[in-house]
Amino acid sequence: MKQLGLDIGSTTLKYVLLDEENQLLSCRYQRHGAKIGERLDKILRQFETDYPGEDLVLTVSGSAGLGLSESLDLPFVQEVFAEKIAAQRFCPGTDVVIELGGEDAKILFLTGGFEMRMNGTCAGGTGAFIDQMASLMQITPSELNDLAAKAETIPPIASRCGVFAKSDIQPLLNQGARREDVAAGILRAVVNQTVAGLAQGREIKGNLLYLGGPLTFLPELRRSFDEVLDTTGLCPENSLYFVAYGCALANVGQIVSPAVVRERLALRAKTSTYRHQPPLFASKEDYEAFSARHQKNSEGIKELSKPNGPMYLGIDAGSTTVKAVLCDKSGNLFYPTYQPNRGDPVRIIRAYLLDLYNAYPDIQIVGSAVTGYGEKLMQTALGVDHGIVETLAHYTAAKKFRPDVDFIIDIGGQDIKCFQIKNGLIDSLYLNEACSSGCGSFLQTFADTLGLTSAEFAKLGLFADAPADLGSRCTVFMNSSVKQAQKDGASIENIAAGLSVSVVKNALYKVIRCADAQKLGQHIVVQGGTFYNDCVLRAFEMETGREVIRPKFAGLMGAYGAALYAAAHSGTGVLSREELENFEHKVKRAVCQGCQNHCNLTVNLFSGGRRFLAGNRCSKPVRTEAAKTSRNLYADKLSLLEKYRHDAPDEGKQTIGIPMGLNFYDLLPFWYAFFHALGFRVLVSPNSTRELYAAGQHTIPSDTACYPAKLMHGHIEWLLSRNPDAIFYPDMSYNVDEHLGEDHFNCPVVAYYPQVLKLNIPGLSQTRFLCDFVGLHSKKQFQKRILEILVQYFAPFSRRQIAEAAEAAYAEYEAYHRAVQAKAQEYLAAAKQEKQPVVVLCGRPYHVDPEVSHGIDKLLCGLGAAVITEDSLSPLVEKFRADVRNQWTYHARMYAAAKYAAGSPDDLHVVQLVSFGCGVDAVTTDEVRSILEAAGKDYTQLKIDEITNMGAASIRLRSLFAMLDEKNGKRS
Amino acid sequence: MAVDFTKQMKRDYTILAPDIFPTHMELLQEVFALHGYHVEVLHDEGPAVIAAGLKYLHNDMCYPATCAVGQQLYALTSGKYDPHRVALIQFQTGGGCRASNYIFLLRKALHNMGMDYVPVISLSFGRYEHYSGFQITPLMLFAGLRSLIYGDMLMLLKNQCLPYEANPGDTRKVVHKWIAELTEQFRHKKGLTPKAMQKNLCAMAKDFHEIPRTPRACTKVGIVGEIYVKYSSFGNNGLEAFLLSQNCEYMVPGVLGFFQYCFANVEMDHKYYGGGRLKLLIGHKAEQIADSWENWLIAALKPYPEFVPPVSFEKVKELADRVIDRGVKMGEGWLLPGEAAELIEKGYTNIICAQPFGCLPNHIVGKGTIRRLRELYPKANIFPVDYDSGASKVNQENRIKLMLAMAKEEQHETARA
Repeated sequence: MKQLGLDIGSTTLKYVLLDEENQLLSCRYQRHGAKIGERLDKILRQFETDYPGEDLVLTVSGSAGLGLSESLDLPFVQEVFAEKIAAQRFCPGTDVVIELGGEDAKILFLTGGFEMRMNGTCAGGTGAFIDQMASLMQITPSELNDLAAKAETIPPIASRCGVFAKSDIQPLLNQGARREDVAAGILRAVVNQTVAGLAQGREIKGNLLYLGGPLTFLPELRRSFDEVLDTTGLCPENSLYFVAYGCALANVGQIVSPAVVRERLALRAKTSTYRHQPPLFASKEDYEAFSARHQKNSEGIKELSKPNGPMYLGIDAGSTTVKAVLCDKSGNLFYPTYQPNRGDPVRIIRAYLLDLYNAYPDIQIVGSAVTGYGEKLMQTALGVDHGIVETLAHYTAAKKFRPDVDFIIDIGGQDIKCFQIKNGLIDSLYLNEACSSGCGSFLQTFADTLGLTSAEFAKLGLFADAPADLGSRCTVFMNSSVKQAQKDGASIENIAAGLSVSVVKNALYKVIRCADAQKLGQHIVVQGGTFYNDCVLRAFEMETGREVIRPKFAGLMGAYGAALYAAAHSGTGVLSREELENFEHKVKRAVCQGCQNHCNLTVNLFSGGRRFLAGNRCSKPVRTEAAKTSRNLYADKLSLLEKYRHDAPDEGKQTIGIPMGLNFYDLLPFWYAFFHALGFRVLVSPNSTRELYAAGQHTIPSDTACYPAKLMHGHIEWLLSRNPDAIFYPDMSYNVDEHLGEDHFNCPVVAYYPQVLKLNIPGLSQTRFLCDFVGLHSKKQFQKRILEILVQYFAPFSRRQIAEAAEAAYAEYEAYHRAVQAKAQEYLAAAKQEKQPVVVLCGRPYHVDPEVSHGIDKLLCGLGAAVITEDSLSPLVEKFRADVRNQWTYHARMYAAAKYAAGSPDDLHVVQLVSFGCGVDAVTTDEVRSILEAAGKDYTQLKIDEITNMGAASIRLRSLFAMLDEKNGKRS
Repeated sequence: MAVDFTKQMKRDYTILAPDIFPTHMELLQEVFALHGYHVEVLHDEGPAVIAAGLKYLHNDMCYPATCAVGQQLYALTSGKYDPHRVALIQFQTGGGCRASNYIFLLRKALHNMGMDYVPVISLSFGRYEHYSGFQITPLMLFAGLRSLIYGDMLMLLKNQCLPYEANPGDTRKVVHKWIAELTEQFRHKKGLTPKAMQKNLCAMAKDFHEIPRTPRACTKVGIVGEIYVKYSSFGNNGLEAFLLSQNCEYMVPGVLGFFQYCFANVEMDHKYYGGGRLKLLIGHKAEQIADSWENWLIAALKPYPEFVPPVSFEKVKELADRVIDRGVKMGEGWLLPGEAAELIEKGYTNIICAQPFGCLPNHIVGKGTIRRLRELYPKANIFPVDYDSGASKVNQENRIKLMLAMAKEEQHETARA
């Protein structure tokens, strides 16, 4: 009997057909484009033609095979397991197998304790991730591979999940980093993701086997793995078919006739049971009426066929696309362009302008403005007059279509921006967080995998009878929801429609966090390229219950707004034809040594000696003269804490190591003074860096914990390499009690992370690791307890010694906090006098770590604000009742600081820092916001993780300041 | 701020409760009735419930909140109830985990729905809030906890009979019979005295023992995890039904254990952070009482060696000590690895750690302890599975399938050796 092993993954279908002696008759690897049933039908028909009248033994595997096997009643072999069977058959002596598929990553440890691991829910796709990144760069995955081969340096790209990596890559591309380097960075991110996410402390060594599509097709990916793992792995012949082979060889197959399976397939196509929602359009007429209505909305604005007097140029250099348009004095459009930025927006705009000069040699461009990620780059490169923040550009454009607009939503390639307009001013602003970004480009990428253009894809879903319900979380989750819907038999039309609805729900419920979509506004203008998709537009109208306005040039609104802005402000134009023809653009990379952020700089050199730096967080590398003295309490805190790092090695003293992270950012003064008084030398690990993180990455058991916690692994490794006599990091259920809330807990992660370190870092069992439980809230109890702890590890101390040390510790802690508070008062007073805005950068103490806050404090100072901390204000606030259970000390500080800001008449604003994965902040953000909004104060939230994409933070903060300027009657 | 639950409401209102522990809630409902409260457990499931949760709660809030609060919000908007005649109830542990905030989130949601007038009751040991018409008396607390013993017993016996029953449906019939029987007893203020309980528990064990069963080789799976997704089939996408379909016998440790864990934490808190002796005494007493009730259950199972009884809670503590410090007390804390160790020692070596995506305590006590558990029990096959509104069932089931494939391999190896 012939054996057919079928491996149906998220994106590809692979099969092997074996004869009675298990010899290969045929095999195939193909993208299934979600049409699994059709492909299988074809394979079976082929079999019927080749071997008429024969039955076969059929076994199914793979993530998309699971559902098929159930509905067709065929035996299923889990794919990792199948792989093991094949590896043992074809490559005996293999120790470790690494397989990357479309969306799954797997590691099999075959020797020395058999283990199989698959990536978690949040780790995202791998093959699909490479596809996404390649399409972002407008190349094929194999071109990406070729580029990577020519890399000079490998820029760090976040490895947690695809969406994060994207936020790192996009700015790199937009800032003009070498495409070869970015390509290598993308592959390295995949390697890091696999090693960190799956190995979890287990070493990958011995004979290594690379399997699956990406590792087969991309030699540079294999090389990257080899480099990181310091080994040379083997990519065997048939590396694509191991699962299919293992499946056929598993010996669980069922004898079936191909015709019977095909009948079942046909039956399955008719019965689908996936979760679905109402159709977008009831009928063709419905759709036509809808189209006609939207046509009408844009009638007032003309598109010119030739220049009309002096013209104004507007450019929107967005994350994935560049848009440019000209307008005349009265706002009529001319010569619009909308194209992918291909990682080199300057080249594209230069070509655009040259074309324009060629076609209309007499054109007079008398003013120009640019907005978007590439704003600064364009200004320097092309001599653009004005750089304006995106929100202002969009509002300017939307007003042209609807003067009384009160809500604008823009869904672009990577960003979702929404803002409300109150009294002609931009009011609340919502931007998507790093995690949910990528919605527009997600549709694009999905269309690409189906081999469709965006326009074709948009048509696909219009008349879907039952759009799949795909959830409203991050796009990685959506990928697996798509898988689920496919499994349950949803047609591609229904998936296309479902994705459009998800994009809308994501924007409404996740980004805007609106409970009632009908309260958004009366006059809504929707824009951004994503709204060209009629399914998205319709879904938005259905979800909000409003008829909205989509301007004809929805995707150009940023550029159009910039052009309108240029028309209203005086300027000089843009580079002339001659200047553009002789234009040169060179890119160099450098690392800034200005501070410990060590920003990776991209230096763009243009003809005429113009130079543009990107990648920097502060103005240090740009300005040569000493930066203006800035009021930055984050920096002050760091230097206050620095003084505890000066203990020199001392032969006579025992050394106690302290990993500088999480609550030590608050308690270091306490513990330093305490151990110092007891005669220890205190060794404090340095401020975090990416390298330090990488050194501990392999022992992180839960990749979705917050970045500050995960950094602790690196700090411990650093300490271990210095061999101190002991490492001290106590567990603390309770924090200090500042009497601001109903309890004084730490969050579970801060409270117990020492346990995670103890259980997962092998090196800690070789040393004295003091991770006992202690509390500081009762001075008396503390002395008793700490004595109990210390006698377990050191020669006994007398009660008196402990009492004195404790006294010194509490005093030092007090002194530190008083110093911080005094500094804040000084800044507040000075700022008031100089009319400088003050920002309370509301976070946890450990957000002071420059690797955690990514220099956001400096960015704020650069924008002209004084920065103070939440804990510098909280002691000034009387205990009050919050609308949540106020039980965590650090969070009570935030509520109190918000309360202070809410009650302050000064130019005092709250920006809240939220670490990705901080579950507690799901409670605190809403509460801090409502405290502020109740007092009519603005609220801004910045989500941070290991990403270093400052673009989003920058837009948000600049918009905030633009908003404030407008409110204060100033013009920006 | 918060709306009071008045004496008048006690008479006229229906208190809507989420379906947290499927079997237990039906009995708890009767205990409430016994004390004059009309509690109704909500059974709504499905996408509309999730949608209600997502709409009114922060999307990054834990999945149990989405489900449990979602059920209540959905019920309010379903038209099935007069919103002016219902109150909502939620458990509140008062621990350092964000679950302590559910009732506040519920109130915020009600506010956004324009239903501020609906009273929300916090069900907790601590007296966080006061209501003129709702009070947990010691008697009621006793009765409630005791009813949990019945729930645990039914769950344990059901799980051990279901995969083996000769006539499909027999086991569920016995479960229903007992729920009806106990309901009847409760209504007559019976069934909750020590004597009655021991008698009932023995009779239960006998009834299940008499279910005709055919021996068959099943893969033994233990389920530990966050308390909601561990027990609620709504929360874990029908995990138990899936395991049954995959030829598994699964064991889920009892609900009483969670309360014993809470009581035991009083001692640890005192040890590490000091505090009054009175609280310590109360904690000790509560532990002793719960332990003695647990003994009734264990004793009732003694005559039937085919049923695997729970180990004493003292033993769970010992096992937990080998994995993690028992100072870890937020969420499921040390109980989770303690139960995992218990299950592995009983032969349920395939452990599913069911956790909501992004659950904070589970970074520590779930994924954080797997390495240590494997050191202690090299044969253990532990798989964390994330549950979330956005996580798809197919991914979850594929991972569980992997675990089961490994389990079969292990059985194979053992058989060969």
